[in-house]
Amino acid sequence: MARLNVNPTRMELTNLKKKLASARRGHKLLKDKRDELMRRFMEMVRENQRLRSEVEAAIQQANAHMAVAGSVMQTAQLETALMLPKQELQLDVHEQNIMSVQIPVFNTKYKTENSSDIYSYGTAFTSSDLDEAVRSLSEIFPKLMRLAEVEKSCQLMADEIERTRRRVNALEHIMIPDYEETIRYITMKLSENERSTAAGLMKVKNMVLKKAHHY
Amino acid sequence: MYKAAVIGDRESVSGFAALGLSVFPESEPEKVSRLISRLAQNDFAVIFITEAAAAGVYDTIVRYRNTKLPAIILIPGITGNTGEGMRNLHESVEKAVGSDILNH
Repeated sequence: MARLNVNPTRMELTNLKKKLASARRGHKLLKDKRDELMRRFMEMVRENQRLRSEVEAAIQQANAHMAVAGSVMQTAQLETALMLPKQELQLDVHEQNIMSVQIPVFNTKYKTENSSDIYSYGTAFTSSDLDEAVRSLSEIFPKLMRLAEVEKSCQLMADEIERTRRRVNALEHIMIPDYEETIRYITMKLSENERSTAAGLMKVKNMVLKKAHHY
Repeated sequence: MYKAAVIGDRESVSGFAALGLSVFPESEPEKVSRLISRLAQNDFAVIFITEAAAAGVYDTIVRYRNTKLPAIILIPGITGNTGEGMRNLHESVEKAVGSDILNH
């Protein structure tokens, strides 16, 4: 490890010791943050995985119905049926803070309360498969929104975990060892200076004594 | 107030119109990419996009991955499930943990 480029003085030594202490504390805190983030992340990821397979299956089912409806009805008819939706979705977005990661929370709001308002057409000229397709989509929709929430959170948390891990590693493997080595270097240099002064003094004392008493 | 959008080929996404989402039947990569940027600036919090439509605009989607909004979520289209959505999840895990520890 590289020693820091500082003067071997007592002042530097005190400064470095303070820096080392705060680096150690930061390292401990960041490590805790990383561990907790990781725990929450793994929970989220499992939920994400479960939701995704559910949602994908349901959407595929809806798509199958839609394909049948598309083959029974003419394209123009199908488009007219869905052209003017009765329902309008509005999203309320809140923020939630998980270990300093801001994750979004979506609240869905509909223009009308009536759940049958998803059918924007009369049933006389449309295939029942279209009803089925729309119904299965609307059934899975709450889960779809939850999936959006969880998946976004996973992406944001993955990013934060990566960053935190880098910081932890930088502190653990570079900054702390560097500080330790520099502190050791300064202590050695200082005690070496002390010894050399002591030796010099003894020498001088001897010389003075010799002169005074003519040993 | 935020909105939600769906992008993909007409057959896959038209059903979502009934639920009150804004539907954009578009599948040309260039147009989809521009559409995503436009939606992101215009109060769309969630964008669902079919895997087929997402295939050509991966760069654009990755760009919005670390921003808080919008959440861009892949859904299977009428052509079937390519597993791309799951693959993205595995990618997130690999990024966070260092290796893909999810069971497949």
